[in-house]
Amino acid sequence: MAVLVKIPTQLRAVAEGAAETEVQGSTVAEVLNGLYERYGELRERICDEDGTLRRFVNVYLAGEDIRFLDGLQTPVPDGAELTILPAVAGG
Amino acid sequence: MAVSHLQCKECKAQYPLEALYVCERCFGPLEVAYDHSRSKLDVAELRRRIQGGPQNIWRYADFLPLAGGPPGPSGRLASRVGLPAGCTPLIRADRLAARLGLREVWVKNDAANPTHSFKDRVVSVAVTRARELGFETIACASTGNLANSVAAHGAALGMESYVFIPADLEEQKILATGVYGTKLVGVDGSYDDVNRLCTELCAERDWAFVNINLRPYYAEGSKTLAFEIAEQLGWELPDRCVIPVASGSLFTKIAAGFEEWTELGLVGDPARPAPKMNGAQAEGCSPVASAYAAGHDVCRPVKPSTIAKSLAIGNPADGPYALDLARRTGGSVDAVSDEEIRAGIKLLAETTGVFTETAGGVTTAVLAKLAARGDIDPDERVVLVITGDGLKTLDAVRDTFETYKIEPSVEAFERSVPEGQTAAGLRSASASVVA
Repeated sequence: MAVLVKIPTQLRAVAEGAAETEVQGSTVAEVLNGLYERYGELRERICDEDGTLRRFVNVYLAGEDIRFLDGLQTPVPDGAELTILPAVAGG
Repeated sequence: MAVSHLQCKECKAQYPLEALYVCERCFGPLEVAYDHSRSKLDVAELRRRIQGGPQNIWRYADFLPLAGGPPGPSGRLASRVGLPAGCTPLIRADRLAARLGLREVWVKNDAANPTHSFKDRVVSVAVTRARELGFETIACASTGNLANSVAAHGAALGMESYVFIPADLEEQKILATGVYGTKLVGVDGSYDDVNRLCTELCAERDWAFVNINLRPYYAEGSKTLAFEIAEQLGWELPDRCVIPVASGSLFTKIAAGFEEWTELGLVGDPARPAPKMNGAQAEGCSPVASAYAAGHDVCRPVKPSTIAKSLAIGNPADGPYALDLARRTGGSVDAVSDEEIRAGIKLLAETTGVFTETAGGVTTAVLAKLAARGDIDPDERVVLVITGDGLKTLDAVRDTFETYKIEPSVEAFERSVPEGQTAAGLRSASASVVA
């Protein structure tokens, strides 16, 4: 299942400049793993060693923070949009 | 100027003083670093330099992230360009203290800023830095007070502005933004939705989003609240501060201001403990207070539902740092109900003459809670930080008191209005009252 992943400016340098890319996967974790396979350096930028997202990284599925869903195990429908953003904004 | 570089708060990677806010290595927040070591001034000279400065935040320009110093052609002695913020009253609140069984309470009334909230401090710094960096357009994601301030600063400085707010904000805050001629965008969603949208837009537009790509500079403006409190207390620090927490930026930066001046010897006795920092949240949006109570060091985001809309940030950017600060200083982060918030507004109004918005009701209610719980030693000097004006959230006080409606005659007055009571006693009264 193809999912469109939006990559924030701060990570585009390690994603060959891409602002978005299509990845296969049926959960958020699978999609992110697909993304890391394509752009190896991305993994250490947004993940801790145990595979959880760093605390200053937010991931949104169709605009909803995945922490309000099932986190990394959230199912991802075909054609969905997954957005990675820095968490330090606002206030 | 002592401003040196941007630095990641997590991994300490260094960056130039540009419109950057996220560490590319670890995604941690960037903050401004200073090097005061080259300052040849001793403490007395530094104090004289501050006291000789303008009656606004630019008197603290040596501690702010501006490459060119205070803005404007007139130099530090009269820097009054734009919309000068700061130098708000610090009021000795003996009647409030007596009501709470405390001895020394001060109210820092930051509603007395140009757009009636503390946000003018952070926006002044961010917008001045944005101009130094060559931006022509300013923008923000706001819960209301920031919207007022960004729109007004855009007007004062002749910069185009875009203001993004949740569409269901208080009418007063919407009107007091649109009047300045900004492009006001009401977003169908919560503040956290607005914030996500703006974080995405920030990557696509060459704008200075004051609380996104300019956030490291913006946050520094909150230190001026600490500097003023210390200067107004005669170069001394309070024992405790009670401060509202939304993103946690104000809370942590007030502490950072105290710390910076303590290190420089400008205030206090370095051997004395730092002020205890108490954070205040509304129960309807209390991700930081909940994490504090549960002993967690990160916050779980929430969907806000509270009358304190200016504090309704469900996903607080500085949450982990706010938790650490509260624990490190022997403070806490507490939450109060909407009912307690309304009571807090009334308590502050009736004992100090200061009418605050819902965020100030949260702060006052938390002070009352701490006092009732016995957390505050009666000998402590406590500062209550009031961040915004009651005229911005009028619904919170609607129908909370009664007005006598009479014919214009002495007889009608004497018949209807009992004399010799304070405002607090009016509620009980007569048949001929209207809401």
